[in-house]
Amino acid sequence: MKVLLSWLREFAPGIDGDAAALGDMLSALGLTVEETTVTGSVPDGVVLGRVLELRPHPDADRIQLVEVDDGSGKSLQVCCGAFNMAVGDLVPLARVGAVLPSGLEIARRKMRGQASEGMCCSEIELDMGDDAEGIMILNDRVPAGAGPGTPLAEALGLEPDVLWDLEVGANRPDALSVMGVARDLAAGLGVAFEPPDWSTAASGPDTSDVAAVEIVDPTLCGRFVGRVLRNAPQGASPPWLANRLTALGMRPINSIVDISNYVMLELGQPSHTFDLGRVAGARIRVRRARDGETITTLDGVHRTLAAGDGVIADGDDEAIGIAGIMGGASTEIDVGTTDVLVEMAWWDPPSISRTAKHLNLASEAATRFRRGADWGYNVERCMNRFVQLAAEQGAGVAPGLIDERGDLPDRRPLRVRTSRVNSLLGTGLSTADMAGHLRSIGFGADPADDAELDVTIPTWRWDTETETDIAEEIARLHGYENIERTVPTANEAGGLSAYQQDRRLVREVLVGAGCYETQPMPFVAPGALAAVGLPEDGITLSNPVDDSESVLRTSLLPGQLRAVAYNQRHFNGDTRLFEIGHVYLPAPQGQLLPDERELLAVALSGEEAPAAVAVLDLLAEALALPAVELRSGSLPGMHPTRAAEVAVAGRVRGAVGEVDPGALEAAGVSGRVAWLQIDLQEVLDGPRARRRYRPVSKYPPSDVDLAFVVPESVAAAQVERALRASAGALLARIELFDVYRGPGVADGSRSLAYRLRFQAHDRTLTDAEVAEARQRCIDETTRRTGAALRS
Amino acid sequence: MIEGYEQAAAQAEARLAAAADLDAVAGIERELLGRRSLFNEAKRRLGELDPGERAQAGRSLNDARARVEAAVAEARDRLAAADRDERHAAERLDLTERLPQTVPLRRGRLHPVTQARDRLEDVFVGMGYTVAEGPEVESAWYNFEALNIPDWHPARSSFDTIFVNLGEPEEVMLRAHTSPVQIRVMEGRKPPVYIVAPGRTFRSDTADATHLPAFNQIEGLAVDRNITMGDLAGTIDEFVRAFFGREVKSRLRPSYFPFTEPSAEFDISRPDGSWLELGGCGMVHPNVLRNCGIDPEQWQGFAFGFGIDRLAVMRHEIDDIREFVNNDTRFLSQF
Repeated sequence: MKVLLSWLREFAPGIDGDAAALGDMLSALGLTVEETTVTGSVPDGVVLGRVLELRPHPDADRIQLVEVDDGSGKSLQVCCGAFNMAVGDLVPLARVGAVLPSGLEIARRKMRGQASEGMCCSEIELDMGDDAEGIMILNDRVPAGAGPGTPLAEALGLEPDVLWDLEVGANRPDALSVMGVARDLAAGLGVAFEPPDWSTAASGPDTSDVAAVEIVDPTLCGRFVGRVLRNAPQGASPPWLANRLTALGMRPINSIVDISNYVMLELGQPSHTFDLGRVAGARIRVRRARDGETITTLDGVHRTLAAGDGVIADGDDEAIGIAGIMGGASTEIDVGTTDVLVEMAWWDPPSISRTAKHLNLASEAATRFRRGADWGYNVERCMNRFVQLAAEQGAGVAPGLIDERGDLPDRRPLRVRTSRVNSLLGTGLSTADMAGHLRSIGFGADPADDAELDVTIPTWRWDTETETDIAEEIARLHGYENIERTVPTANEAGGLSAYQQDRRLVREVLVGAGCYETQPMPFVAPGALAAVGLPEDGITLSNPVDDSESVLRTSLLPGQLRAVAYNQRHFNGDTRLFEIGHVYLPAPQGQLLPDERELLAVALSGEEAPAAVAVLDLLAEALALPAVELRSGSLPGMHPTRAAEVAVAGRVRGAVGEVDPGALEAAGVSGRVAWLQIDLQEVLDGPRARRRYRPVSKYPPSDVDLAFVVPESVAAAQVERALRASAGALLARIELFDVYRGPGVADGSRSLAYRLRFQAHDRTLTDAEVAEARQRCIDETTRRTGAALRS
Repeated sequence: MIEGYEQAAAQAEARLAAAADLDAVAGIERELLGRRSLFNEAKRRLGELDPGERAQAGRSLNDARARVEAAVAEARDRLAAADRDERHAAERLDLTERLPQTVPLRRGRLHPVTQARDRLEDVFVGMGYTVAEGPEVESAWYNFEALNIPDWHPARSSFDTIFVNLGEPEEVMLRAHTSPVQIRVMEGRKPPVYIVAPGRTFRSDTADATHLPAFNQIEGLAVDRNITMGDLAGTIDEFVRAFFGREVKSRLRPSYFPFTEPSAEFDISRPDGSWLELGGCGMVHPNVLRNCGIDPEQWQGFAFGFGIDRLAVMRHEIDDIREFVNNDTRFLSQF
């Protein structure tokens, strides 16, 4: 909502002070100032000048020399780049020393050898309009008496004014008007708020004799006030009115439309005008629409209504307007119009809101009605203002008023507990303090006893109806900054959950492993999941920002590959990346929301599968995951022969290995990508090994190296399991330290070399004991796995 | 009458099915479909036929040619797949062969938004809060209705919500704020409640230097016996000083949100004396408490919320937030 200071002062003449202080007060009252513009101010030193002579510049084509009378008695030479003026024209002349709104200071200077002692100005140079083309020609815009040398502001009758653009919350329908803003500001400043009223001489037949209104559905329309005008003015509005509409951001159209908009901006009440001669039977019926009923609105659009929409119908029950939103074309005022019915009504806000939404029709009127317009005396005040403005422009005004009522909001006095308000705000205000604040903005407040107030809520505050609403008003007027600041004492310790702590540990481990954390957006393009070998079953968005981001991911793979490709494309080379983020799997049967999970993914570009396994081992160690197993299998999106399922404590929780080469190609990634993805939630919430103390041995260990030739079909894990099982209680550690394929080892097999450490807690092992354990390992492992000891 | 091509086509299909390498396929293709092939010859001779016969012969010639072309493509796919399988088999790895790895000593980085989020969590944990989380895909109940935003409410449209094709139209959406977590927490447990809820939120904004459709917010909620608006102002002030520095001030300005009353925006002071709007806050609306089965006569609370990404932007003077989702290591390595 935009407001002008000069307009506010018509409602509260006491409003005064500098623009910044008034703006701060508006913001402190909850009418947040988004922009402040000082208008109508002309820089000092800009005066009327008269063009005496125009001469070409001897050395420049694009500049001419202008001889200007500045009222001082002698003429000045000004170099000017515009050619739109003629000898005798009055133009704005910025004298030497004047500072233009752009910051340009006018100085005496030479242009291509010719002196220039001032500047003739265009609209844009003076911030008085958008025209940058030519110099302003003021011949017709200044009064006869104003001659050269008159300050421009005086010649044009301009006075400095302030325009504020305010952000108004949905709970403040009243503040969508100059009057409402003035009421608040006057209260904030402690000055009188005196809204004017208007009266106009009426003549001719009474309104109720020439038009009739019936409210068929009282739940739709709470009040319908009508009045008839004759010979409604339809020419251009007077400049003062047009200027104010323009200042507040509305385009002047014609007199009757402009009056309607003016009253809405000034007093908050939208109105509609019907060509009474075209309303069948001169009768209005207010009812709900029939499903599928159609109407052509003022904007020429043919619209289909739904049951529940509010309709204004004529005597034949044909729809001639959509209640509170937009009038119909059939009764629009035109040059043939004589009698006009002016409608000012109060509509049920939820009804208007639903209709505006399903018709996708936003109008200034609907914006006010859906927040709740005033249903009290102001409706009559607005009608008085409307007819007064119309009469000023030549309309005849019928006496009398149609005033039909439907269901209006029930606002009985509200009992407000002072103690409750103080306890909510943390204040110690007295009943009198509270009553004073409320009365300053038009609420009634009568002390019921020492501790309670009976509060009457004004009709312009539809959204205000509870004790808490009243507390907010009191807080606003008391000033949020005057509330003493305290800090509550939570009687519980704060902290992160075990999951949140472990998640931080996971991130720290990965950062330590050289990985960068990424946060791609969780959307993918249609087909992007299938392109990397995953089922194309992502949940789709109804109104995606971009069609290429219209599917919710079911895996972190597409996003990570995109990040890898991005880095490769930008010459960052191979990278280690990770992400912890949500995926959204199809909703389980009987549930509305998707199966949403937090996953961890690690993508190591330019690296092979064992690197990802090593990262998994790091995490397993850091988190004390029990029994992490790799199970080979064919996994979507993964390399067919370089991937395994990850099982933790017997449950599959993810996959590790390399990304499918086909998926890499589809994603524009070159080289290999080692990959790990696990369901972080399941893993962190799942079983953990207990880190129980084991005494460290004081006796020396004995290391035994064993190499086996193992068929490729036998996994190293099997060999290791066999070794552990056979080594017995003396085994302290086991490590694979070499893998060899090549001459000396048969095709289809490889050599796996293990170092086993044996150690006892109570003695130094004898050679015989170690030799026996060694032999047991060899015998059992060869027997169980088909491996052969490499000699 | 043109003869021979039907038989040639059938033979070619059989030969292609048996072809052992891509060269063999190319040879058969040249022979049957090349410039001087049987098919091209037959096509040239179509002109010699009666007009009545010509249409029929042309159709069957085209059919046969299409069969051969399909067989060529199939043979190529089969051989490529075999080639791929062979390559895959040749590079098979036993992932349980876990040799010790040597990794170059290089530290990665946490994403700057994560760093900001961790710092925020730490400040609030220090003030006695726990950290709550919730789903990113939400129902209208959690995102709107329980927060005192009925379907007709003018505030609904201001969220620019991204809806999801689940349930009734506009019943399921990407959460437009972290406030749904308030509801989930209060439904799940009785006061006192002191939580913050950081997480991803979504709005229908086209990505540019200052907007992303997916961004991060943090929500705070305190509900206890006698929580006041003074407590809200004091908590905001304490947080601002702990997070931004002891010299930074805060202020509250009246505002409007359907789920709090009284509502406020909060600003922080800048070194030049001006104020920067940081977020929204207010006393939890009695309807919100009621919707969670909490009696507003017994319990009162405050809530606040603001953007996390913006704090990272301010801290590091980042001029284009699209870098947050590009995941360029030249960007990530700076923090």
